Amino acid sequence: MTTLDSSKEIQKNNSEVNETHEDFRMFGLITFLIADGMTFAGFFAAYLTYKAVNPLPDGAIYELELPIPTLNTILLLVSSATFHKAGKALLQDKNSDSQKWLFFTAFLGIIFLICQLFEYFHLPFGLTDNLFASTFYALTGFHGLHVTLGTLMILIITWQSRINGGRITSQNMFPLEAVELYWHFVDGIWVILFIILYLL
Amino acid sequence: MTISIDPQKANNESLQPKGWLRYFSFSLDHKVIGIQYLVCGFLFYLIGGTLASAIRIELASPMSDFMPRDVYNQVLTLHGTIMIFLWIVPVVNGAFGNYLIPFYVGARDMAFPRLNAVAFWLIPPSGLMLVASYFVEGAAQAGWTAYPPLSITTPQSGQIIWIMSVLLLGGSSIFGGINFIATIIKLRRPGLKLMQLPMYCWAMLGTSLLVVLSTPVLAGTLILLSFDIIANTGFFNPVLGGNVVVYQHLFWFYSHPAVYIMVLPAFGLVSEILPVHARKPLFGYTTMVFSIMGIVVLGLVVWAHHMFTSGTPPWMRLFFTIATAFIAVPTGIKFFNWVATLWGGRISINSAMLFSCGFIINFVFGGITGVALAQVPFDIHVHDTYFVVAHFHYIVYGGTVFIIFSSIYHWFPKVTGKMLNEKLGILHFIITFIGFNLCFAPQHWLGLNGMPRRVAEYDPQFQFVNQISSLGALLMAISTIPFLINVFLSAKNGKNAGDNPWNALTPEWLTSSPPPVENWEGAAPLVEEPYGYGKKFVEQK
Repeated sequence: MTTLDSSKEIQKNNSEVNETHEDFRMFGLITFLIADGMTFAGFFAAYLTYKAVNPLPDGAIYELELPIPTLNTILLLVSSATFHKAGKALLQDKNSDSQKWLFFTAFLGIIFLICQLFEYFHLPFGLTDNLFASTFYALTGFHGLHVTLGTLMILIITWQSRINGGRITSQNMFPLEAVELYWHFVDGIWVILFIILYLL
Repeated sequence: MTISIDPQKANNESLQPKGWLRYFSFSLDHKVIGIQYLVCGFLFYLIGGTLASAIRIELASPMSDFMPRDVYNQVLTLHGTIMIFLWIVPVVNGAFGNYLIPFYVGARDMAFPRLNAVAFWLIPPSGLMLVASYFVEGAAQAGWTAYPPLSITTPQSGQIIWIMSVLLLGGSSIFGGINFIATIIKLRRPGLKLMQLPMYCWAMLGTSLLVVLSTPVLAGTLILLSFDIIANTGFFNPVLGGNVVVYQHLFWFYSHPAVYIMVLPAFGLVSEILPVHARKPLFGYTTMVFSIMGIVVLGLVVWAHHMFTSGTPPWMRLFFTIATAFIAVPTGIKFFNWVATLWGGRISINSAMLFSCGFIINFVFGGITGVALAQVPFDIHVHDTYFVVAHFHYIVYGGTVFIIFSSIYHWFPKVTGKMLNEKLGILHFIITFIGFNLCFAPQHWLGLNGMPRRVAEYDPQFQFVNQISSLGALLMAISTIPFLINVFLSAKNGKNAGDNPWNALTPEWLTSSPPPVENWEGAAPLVEEPYGYGKKFVEQK
């Protein structure tokens, strides 16, 4: 049992202790991604409910072509792999290789966004045409926002690993690991989105 | 990878304004942030309370003569939103959580101090935005639930500001939740086991899980709602093929857990206060932990009991009735444990204890009406009547706000080093308790007799009971005066408290009052038995 006096004694005796704790920034990020995932879960639930209970009005156009989103799925999956490569290269202290892989990942992200915009401009329906069109744009738009942020962050860490003789090194992996986890998350969300929006 | 803390460097980093000025700075000290949350929340409580008084003045007479009908709706909306998002949620979570959790886990600060400061500083601007939304042309008047199509068809500029403000507050809440989870799971002092944590840590862990899992859904919903308002989409607009019930599902998926976000921390706080002032260990620690986690799990799957009259299919009604009734089990266990903690204790009748006992009485009453409301046949009868208003005020005011006051009386000596005046405190309790029950108990009767809520005008036969209720509200408003006098006088001329005026065993009392910047002069003490009261007595026998 801790009595008041003995605890003060402990305090006095340990006053010179140097304190350490583990790095839990990744833990915080994972918690944040769970929260972010719940936003998507809400959107998906809304979309699926609409699909189940709200019939399309007569004459409403809601058709989706598969080629572009399939290409986009492949792009994102490949970009996840290239990001992984970047991390591995950094771990082996091949910093310039790592930067090349990072840059390539960002490039794939940009191509994804361009394809997405191309699809938007060629779809036969607009944001306010009908319920499904609105939900489609809201979901893909919200995901596109995530890809945009991810691409920007990849470019930033690429730049950061180049300046000052490399601020991101095998000793300081956290920024790269954090963005990598985020990128895999966005990638995973896209796969679910692709299945629910395009395939179902 | 480990991060080492160099005390020297940490001290240099926290070279921030000293004295009262630090409360206006971007301070990273969890104690400063906790006080910032508390004072900021209390200011908004005064605003929300003024609005409540306006509502009760209006309802003293059956006609809308004190304010026009749409102003009444706007006042009602602002009252609900301010009280929930700017007073209860930030104070029971942000204020007490930030102040106490690092002590309880034996840490020098929260896991992410900068995120913590950001989370707080989102609140004042979004609160001001919310209040400002009242003054624009077409203030929000769809209630705190902002149900479409009402929120889409009423004037929109105020509604949009309202949505933006609630989104920011939701973000603040999520950042806070992430911080609490990381602090409790990861930042515990070496050697401190989870099952040795004070109960408030468990309550905050459960609350933060609910915040992280459900608040983002509200954010997504409000984004869709703002699309409906700004971009003319039809997610929730039946005219454009949308579905209002989907909004209700998504909204209550957050807003039912929000009830637990408001009341679980209060459960934790009362579990800290009762053992200290009854000089007994907390009864049933383990069952308390499991019932908190049980409430978290069940709290996520009962949301549709708010929607029994929204065309909900029978199977859904059945499921949500049963799930809701199940919540009474863990809650009942907690109630039993509190009473058992008091049983046979050496109870000191002081303001903190009185407010805690007031909480137990009010809460069990609100809980019973809650179980009644979960039953479909009864709910259909009293849906959208004053019975509902009485029920949730018994939970949120009679429950949580009583505990906020109780906690202020309990921890004021720790924060300031001065004792609060007990006579004024007991006066505050008596007026609040009588005023509260006078205000809300008659509303059960009003609801059962069919007086609808959210309407400025009512049948003249209800006038007398409404006037009793308004009298109670007046007493509640008056009760704030002795409290404020008490706080200001005691902070200036109060008795010196010493480090541990209550002879409590939880870790925050094992340091000086007020605590130093890094919480402890030396290493954090290892408190294995935060509720080990009366142990010596038992051992001697």
